[in-house]
Amino acid sequence: MAAPPRHSAMLSVSNAVGTPQSGSSDKSQTAQPPSTPQPTQGLRVPSNRKTIYDRHLNRSRNAELSRASFAYLFAEMVTYAQRRVTGIQDLEKRLNEQGYPLGLRLLDLLFYRTTTTSSSALSSSSTSSSPPNRPLRILTLLHLIHGPLWRLLFGRSADALEHSVSPDTPNEYMITDNDPLVNTYISVPREMNQLNCAAFVAGIIEGVCDGCGFEAKVSAHNQPTEMWPSRTVFLLGFGESVMEREKVLERAGIK
Amino acid sequence: MSYYFTILSPTDTPIFNIAFGTSKGGGDGIARFRFPDTAQYMNQFIIHSSLDIVEEAQWTNGGMYLKHIDTYPPAAAYISAFLTPSGARFLLLHQPPQLPNSGSGSGLGSSSLLGSSGNLARGSTSSIAANPTSPQTEEAVRQFMTEVYENYVKTAMSPFYKQGMEIRSPVFRTRVNAAGKKWL
Repeated sequence: MAAPPRHSAMLSVSNAVGTPQSGSSDKSQTAQPPSTPQPTQGLRVPSNRKTIYDRHLNRSRNAELSRASFAYLFAEMVTYAQRRVTGIQDLEKRLNEQGYPLGLRLLDLLFYRTTTTSSSALSSSSTSSSPPNRPLRILTLLHLIHGPLWRLLFGRSADALEHSVSPDTPNEYMITDNDPLVNTYISVPREMNQLNCAAFVAGIIEGVCDGCGFEAKVSAHNQPTEMWPSRTVFLLGFGESVMEREKVLERAGIK
Repeated sequence: MSYYFTILSPTDTPIFNIAFGTSKGGGDGIARFRFPDTAQYMNQFIIHSSLDIVEEAQWTNGGMYLKHIDTYPPAAAYISAFLTPSGARFLLLHQPPQLPNSGSGSGLGSSSLLGSSGNLARGSTSSIAANPTSPQTEEAVRQFMTEVYENYVKTAMSPFYKQGMEIRSPVFRTRVNAAGKKWL
């Protein structure tokens, strides 16, 4: 094959870039009825032709993540959040914001996995019918967080679930974790002893609550005991609208 | 039977929609609505107006699939809803084909004013198309919704997808289309 002139060589390079894409777009276009023309031009399929839609969501269901890599990643996340913050509150807010979208996603994943597998992971909650129900009441939601969500994230249930005893704050609930995984490898300096990096987990909880339609503010607090020095309490404060709806649903007898 | 399927984000933004026809009973999978092609917004109008009922139903029924929730008799449009736990709404409008002379739905007299073409009668023999509220139809819609839900979860798990963003993936669209072909 003779060497092509320079301009045509450049042309062939640009063609070569275009060909695999157009080939794949042709393929996906034949799969669709012609009535819905799709902008498949920009679609790039991985070399093994497996998009995220070809992967099974339950494949990694029992897979465990390396604790070392998680600790490393989480430490980086904290460092990242710590840049240009004004104080501990701000830092916790940023960690919370990082966790929030995760909560929204986990909620869908959790329900998907319980609908597709017969061994119900939601079975510890009061309703254990095979297609799990969306939580309608606060208590169902809290059981969902305390049990299935915690097991999905940390491989065990949370340690305690309490309702605020104070009559002024009936909208406050507490979930306790005696030894949160996220704090295991975090050493907080003495001058920042207010900081609790489990604010990230609080963000996840907030995402789950919001996703279910329960507007809530969630924060993480240190409550060390003799036995559990890194014991953390997640304080969930539900909004006015949630409490009003809760009353209506209670009257209607909905669980 | 013609279908119009839409996904609404928790903040009522439409993030995906598709129109397709039945593939059962010799159907060719092309939507033939009773509105003229210039009035396709009627589908959106009808489907979005059922949101009020979805919001009422979602706090009394804890299931994800809420079944057939709303009917718009003038267009013989039936709406089924599916709620994801994270608040996205899947709404499916189904409209049985118009029979040439006698009506089967409640308000066909007025729908003939809306609809114009008379070539909608074919494909009406299968049980799904004939009766939009039959248990078979409910089951088929449920299967369809569940399959779409699986693909929606895959979309939502993508780190590049934020909740409320439009779903642009052509693969997703192909998948929804395939699910429609398979079940409806």
